This record gives sequence, structure tokens and C-alpha cells, in this order.
Amino acid sequence: MNLWLILPIVIPLLTAVITTLMYPTLRAQRWVSLGGATALLVAALGLLNDVWHNGIQVTQMGNWRAPYGITLVADLFSALMVTLAGIIGFAVAVYSLTSIDAARVRFGYYPLYHFLLMGVCGAFITGDLFNLYVWFEVMLMASFVLLALGGERGQLEGAIKYVTLNLMSSALFLAAMGILYGLVGTLNMADLARKLSATAQPGLVVAVALLFLAAFGIKAAIFPLFFWLPASYHTPPVAVSAVFAGLLTKVGVYALIRVFTLIFIQDVAFTHTLILGLAGLTMITGVLGAVAQNEFRRVLSFHIVSQIGYMIMGLGLFTPLGLAAAVFYIAHHIIVKTNLFLISGVVERMSGTFELKKLGGLYRAQPGLAVLFLIPAMSLAGLPPLSGFFAKLGLIQAGLPLEQYVIIGVALGVSLLTLFSMLKIWNEAFWKPLDDRRPLTEDRRSSVALFIPIVLLALLTLLIGFGAGPIFALALRAGQELMQPTDYIRAVLGGP
Amino acid sequence: MNSLILQTAVRYLLPLLLLFSVFVFGRGHNEPGGGFVGGLIAAAAYALYAIAYDTRAARQILPIEPRLLIGFGLLLALCSGMLGVANDRPFMTGQWYAFALPGWGKIELGAPLFFDAGVYLVVLGVSLTIIFALAEE
Repeated sequence: MNLWLILPIVIPLLTAVITTLMYPTLRAQRWVSLGGATALLVAALGLLNDVWHNGIQVTQMGNWRAPYGITLVADLFSALMVTLAGIIGFAVAVYSLTSIDAARVRFGYYPLYHFLLMGVCGAFITGDLFNLYVWFEVMLMASFVLLALGGERGQLEGAIKYVTLNLMSSALFLAAMGILYGLVGTLNMADLARKLSATAQPGLVVAVALLFLAAFGIKAAIFPLFFWLPASYHTPPVAVSAVFAGLLTKVGVYALIRVFTLIFIQDVAFTHTLILGLAGLTMITGVLGAVAQNEFRRVLSFHIVSQIGYMIMGLGLFTPLGLAAAVFYIAHHIIVKTNLFLISGVVERMSGTFELKKLGGLYRAQPGLAVLFLIPAMSLAGLPPLSGFFAKLGLIQAGLPLEQYVIIGVALGVSLLTLFSMLKIWNEAFWKPLDDRRPLTEDRRSSVALFIPIVLLALLTLLIGFGAGPIFALALRAGQELMQPTDYIRAVLGGP
Repeated sequence: MNSLILQTAVRYLLPLLLLFSVFVFGRGHNEPGGGFVGGLIAAAAYALYAIAYDTRAARQILPIEPRLLIGFGLLLALCSGMLGVANDRPFMTGQWYAFALPGWGKIELGAPLFFDAGVYLVVLGVSLTIIFALAEE
């Protein structure tokens, strides 16, 4: 019986329940939420520590042995993802303390926030494909409401696009799963991996694999199915955008990496080359979209798409080093991207707008904030010695021996364009003098609670950059585990 | 709605429907039924009362705020899952407790019953929250 495995699900659920029961007392809800998020972070670190020292951890829910029951399983990749979810969950819970208004709290912001975290953590540690679908739905339902909560006009417009496309993706996922179940009669991932390696219909399996690629591709926002993301992520409150930007698409990426390293490895030459091509297109379209934008959060949203390309590129290369670089990239990206969104919220509080044209003069008014922006922004662009540099270096090192020069060229070019659009934000919002006479509002409400998570995440970015060695070693071990699915299968199903 | 027939009928139907919902809930252990349908039937009973009188009257006869029902239901379901953990078994493992009830014989209560009761409360709470919110618009 492994307690660490169920805590990332039980803690957010319990927090959601307590905040539901305390719905009339808004203040108490905020502190319970913070306590729950802290506990989740501690539990996630405990799980990571356990998996690092004792190898893959497995528990069979309800004591029904696999493949009949639902398996919860954490390898290093899963544990790392849960830890990242814990970090972001904590940071945004602190940020929400003062940035989420009373009306939203009254309508259940905190229970939904923790249901969202539960869905995300559940998706990371389930070992069953149908259960993965259920966690996706938990996460999506919470995100639908969080996106629309408040009912502002722009929000509802974004929410409709978001809901429609995500429902389509869920339908595809379900259909693909139905075909797969008809084909092999199991949905336990380890069991699927074992049975599909001996299947008599490789053509059909590849077709199902592509269905999964489409379903998870919509959720991960890869080319050409990403357009819902920049249409919706700039509409809700900043805390919500930040947690979405950090975690939700990454669940899609996680699912892609999981199924395309464990289950669908019959025709790597075809499927993974396709993924590599999509990765390149995702990078290019995302960054070109970002260059054309003039709104702080829209620029960042398009960059999410572009960055997803890098993660998928690691999967497409399909070597231990490539996957390690993808894992490292995800870790780096989640922290950096959430931080940039949080900073955009502070900028908006001070200037009253997200429009780059109307912003300006922030460097003079708030030099500290400017430095805090530069750290994640330059890290995103991949400047040494920040975390993004090592993430990209890893990917390029993985690509060189495979002679994938085209994708390497694309990755390098896109990172230049990323630098360009980060500098655009820097020039417009921070550097350029503010020409209209409207002074920057010294917002009394913009308090420590907004800056604590930003500083923490910036420090983490620096830590990942300067301590890249040990963290890359962790990613490398995760990558090797992913390339060796036999260990995973043995841990879940037992046997030799 | 101001219908004397409906208002009079509801006074008899409400307890009957509530009893029926508990019956369906109990039947669900081995046969069709269970917490979900039971909860829906109970919600239908209160919804009918709200139609016959109004939502304020329906809220008054409901002893507890629907939102709290959701919370308590989830808590009950979570606790039933943790019963297994408390006995050093995996999460959600069924646990059974036997009692001797005087004049009845042996009675066995298990984790699935608590889980299902949690579902009943959640469904009742969610349905009533939605119905009341829509009716009060």
C-alpha cells in the first residue's frame, strides 16, 4: 500500500470538499485553499523522492489486480509532472489570495481550482487509458467553469471556443479508445503495450494511434489544432490563465509522450516522423502568431503553442536523450510560462491594460518587476545560462546524431523569433517611456501575495539554469525509463 | 404555479417520493438502482414541491443548503475510499463491518454503501442547486 500515490488525488479532493462546505466564509476558503495547495506540494515532493529512491510505484485501486482494476502508477516522469503541478498549484494559490475577487470566490472558485488540480494530478498518475479519459474530463469540467466564471463578454466568447474544441477532442479520444478496446480487449496501459506488441493488425493499430494523436493533439495545442488556445487563454482572470498556461496543455503533452512511448511503438518510422514534422510546424506557426500579436497575454498564449512544438520534438526524436530533453523542457516551460502570465497580471494591475501599445514606462516605475520579467522571458528565448538554454541545447544535442538538421534549424530559428517577441514586450511595456500623461496607478492592493509566487518561480528558473546538471540527470533517467517500457509493464502487471 | 390540485397532491407525493428514493438507493446494491437514481428521485420530489409552491418554500422544507449536500456527499465518498487505506489496503478497497442487531439478526455494512450514499447526496445537492438557481432566475 503506497500512500504517496493517492495523496496527489486525495489532498485536492479534500481541499475542494472543505472549501465547498465553508462556502459562506470567503476568507477562510482562501486560507484552506492555500493550506491544501501546500500539502499537495509536499505530497508531490514525497512522491518524487519515493520514486527516485525506490523505482516505479504502483497501487491497484480497490485491490483489483491489473489489468482488471484501475492502476495508479508513477514512474519518474509522472512523479516529476505531479511535482510541477504541485509547484504551480501552490504558486497560483498564493497569487489568488488577493487577485481573485469576492464574487468569483462566492461562486466556487476555490473548489473548482482544486478539482482542476485533482484532475491534472490524476491524469499524471493513472495507468489506465479510460481512467485517463475520466481525469481529462474532471480537469476539463473544472476548467470550463473557471474559464467562464465571472461571465464577462470576452470570457464567454473564449469559453465557447474552448469548450467546443475540447469536447471534440474528448469525442475523438473516446472513439479511439472504443476501437482500441475492440481490438485488444483491455485498456490498462501496460497490458495494452504487451498485447499490441503481438498484434496481427499493425495497420489498424497505426490508424488508432493517429486518432489518439489527433485527440491529444487538440488538448496539447499542436499544429494544426491549436487555435482554441490563443482564442481563450487571454480572457479569464490572470490566476486562471496562469494555471491553464502552466498545466493544461502539458497534460496533453504528457498523454502524447505516455502513449507514444509505451503503447504505440509499432511503426516508429512513420508515427514519430509525423510527430517530428508536426513539432516543427507547431513551433513555426506558434511563434509567427506571437510576433503578430500586440496584447501581452495573447503573445504569451501563442508562445505556449510554439513551445509545445519543442516538447513534441523531443518525443519525435525518440531517443533517451530526446525524451530527457523533452522532460526537461516541460519542467522549464511550466515554471517560466506560469510566471510570465503572473507578471502580466501585475503589469495589468499597475497600468490597467494588457495592450502593449498603451503600456510603457514600467522599467522606470518598477525596476524590480522588470528584472523579474527578464528572467523568465530570456529563459523562454533560451539565453544562457537560464533554464531554456539547457532545454534547447538538450534537444539539439539529441537531434544531431540523428542528422535531423531541418528540425534543428527550425528550433534555432524559432528561438530567435521568441527572443524577438520577448524583446518586443520588454521594449513596449517596460522600456519605452509612457507618453500619455496618465500616471501609473500605485495600486495598494497589489501586495506581497502577488510578488511572492513571481519571485519564487523566478528563483526556480535560475535554479534549473544554474543547477542544470543534476536536474538534467533526473530528466535523463526519466527519459531512459520512458524508452524502456518493459520496466513499467513489469511494475504494473508483475511477472518476469 | 397556483394549482390547488397540485399543491394538495404534492403534500402526499413528497414523502412518498422520498421514501421511494431511499428504496431505490437500497435496491441498488445488487439490482438496478443506487445512489445516482435515488438522488435524482429525491431531487425530483423537491423540484415538484418548488413547482407547486415556489423555490423559497422548497428551500424551507429542505433541512440543509444544497451546496452543503454536495460537500458532505463528496466527503462521505472520499471517507469510504479511505476506509481501505486505514486498514492498510489500497485506496477504495471494499471494507465490511458486521453488527448484530437485536430482533433482526446480523447486518453487514460496507464501504460501497457509504460511497453510494455519498453519490446520493452529491446528486441531490447538484440537481437542487441547478434547479433552484434556474427557477430563481
